[in-house]
Amino acid sequence: MSTVGVERGGDPARSSTHRDELVGLVALIAAGVLITAVGMRLLTGPLATLAVAGLLAIVATLIVMAIAGGPQARRRLAPYGLLKPGILWLALFYLAPLFALARESLSTLPSRFAVEAEFDWNTGNYAQAFSDFGPQFTRGFVYAAVATALCIAIGYPLAYVIAFRGGRWRNLLLGLVVVPFFTSYLIRTIAWSSLLADSGPIVGAIDGLRLTSVFEALQIMDNDRLINTPAAVIGGLTYNFLPFMILPIYVSLEKINPALVDAAKDLYSPAPSAFRRIVLPLSLPGVFAGTLLTFIPAAGDFINAEYLGNPNTTMIGNSIQDQFLVQNDRPLAAAMSFVLMAVITVAVFFYTKFLGTEELS
Amino acid sequence: MSAPTSGRGQIARWGLNAYAALGLIYLFVPIAWIVWFSFNQPAGRYNIVWQRFTLDNWTDPFANSDLTGAFVESLKIAAISTSIATVLGSLIAVALSRYSFRGASGLNLFLVLPLTTPEIVLGSSLATLFFDWDVSRGFTTVIIAHVMFQVSFVALTVRARVRGFDWTLELAAQDLGATPMRTFWKITFPLILPGILAAALLSFALSIDDFIITLFNAGSLSTFPLYINGSFRVQFPPQANVLATMVLVASVGLLMVGVVRSSRRNASDR
Repeated sequence: MSTVGVERGGDPARSSTHRDELVGLVALIAAGVLITAVGMRLLTGPLATLAVAGLLAIVATLIVMAIAGGPQARRRLAPYGLLKPGILWLALFYLAPLFALARESLSTLPSRFAVEAEFDWNTGNYAQAFSDFGPQFTRGFVYAAVATALCIAIGYPLAYVIAFRGGRWRNLLLGLVVVPFFTSYLIRTIAWSSLLADSGPIVGAIDGLRLTSVFEALQIMDNDRLINTPAAVIGGLTYNFLPFMILPIYVSLEKINPALVDAAKDLYSPAPSAFRRIVLPLSLPGVFAGTLLTFIPAAGDFINAEYLGNPNTTMIGNSIQDQFLVQNDRPLAAAMSFVLMAVITVAVFFYTKFLGTEELS
Repeated sequence: MSAPTSGRGQIARWGLNAYAALGLIYLFVPIAWIVWFSFNQPAGRYNIVWQRFTLDNWTDPFANSDLTGAFVESLKIAAISTSIATVLGSLIAVALSRYSFRGASGLNLFLVLPLTTPEIVLGSSLATLFFDWDVSRGFTTVIIAHVMFQVSFVALTVRARVRGFDWTLELAAQDLGATPMRTFWKITFPLILPGILAAALLSFALSIDDFIITLFNAGSLSTFPLYINGSFRVQFPPQANVLATMVLVASVGLLMVGVVRSSRRNASDR
């Protein structure tokens, strides 16, 4: 993937890792580890000062090496230099926080009203997360899975039509898909709560068409209501994450050479089987990426359940938010966060195995 | 049209087109609601039931000073965090697409991780770190949080846009005697600039709209989404719709410029 570059025109047969390259890589990793350790407060006081000094020394050494080493050395060290600011930011504000959260999840609150927890390898938070929040976990994952399936059902045909039949309007149509993304997520969800309300247009239309009993039978409506039902929560999730499904599918469809489909038709393949044998397999990486981009945020979401649901449709995100910010039981919230991450990781692992794609972006 | 199979094919074709059109309409139903209700004159404190048409909200969009303050705060945060993240992310993208180096694949994975971590975990973990540091949460911590999720986003978006560029143009420039600095500003920068601008626009929108991560790291700071959520128990003013519509119109305008420019470029390529 990253074999493009100066090497094509510069030094061609580059087989082994050059010393400069190794130095650059080791320095990047060392700097990342140091800053993560300082961020986690594993190193405190004079040790932390020493670590920061070490960090600066690493950067200074590399700069000196690059200046002294000539253009070849500069070219080998350049990528590591370009990466460093962003990677160190992520080390300090993405990795270190995850470790801090892990430590919090194994901590104990000294008393019921305490906020500061003490780290003592307490696994009780995990036991409590499972025993007290089973229904919330189940609802979170089930709602997210149904919403993801609905996103594929709505998004795939839409991406297909834009990619293969959009013609000169392709860019415009794709722009239209992204537009809703530019209005406030929260206000969009409030819009749905107004649209689905008992006095709103959708319930009115269903009543007018005398379809209420049909919707009740389909378990979409409950007691003549649409709002505050599981269907409303799932509908909100589907709506809010739909663009994240459409865009990757579109990207993978757009890459397909139309000549392949034409060739299949020339060889008398009927349109459906040409789709099934050529277009669908080639678009699976997009479906895969879209599924991750939809399912993962949907599983941790709490806004849709808060605005469109009822107390019996809360998802795990609602519980984590409540424990962390309202009840101030941060160790429990941390344990729940890690269970959420673990389940997602396992699900992604099996999904990857099942679909067999490695292309993520 | 004459043969029965092609007739059926036509029906399937139009059926699919109609289904896709319905999907597009579905995407716009709440958007239409937001714009339409910005012209509503609500009876009480909640602008969620249609009463009558008025232009009052648009002639006085900043009537609600708390809402306006939160909105301005959101714009400030988005401007600062997007600037930082665009620089950091673009550097990563250039490193990934311009050079081949050891550790690139591991780095790719590391970059994807923040985007595949649920927002609630990103928010709560960063808040835990700030608790550990005894740092009070507010403007700065929100910017730190936003940069954190924007960096990966910018890096991956820019990389996707510059993939497949002909970097030998740089060598050509240097062969013709250009200094490295001049090569960068005359060749490299103009090549990657459209990708960077697109990534910056999208990550600006992500920042303005972020609710979950911000909620955990804002302390007493109020941003546009935080204000709407916090005040929803007592009011939902029509000005919220006006401001949301303004953001929509501004970003659609910028998007249109991009679409027109890229279709012109495509036309000139042919």
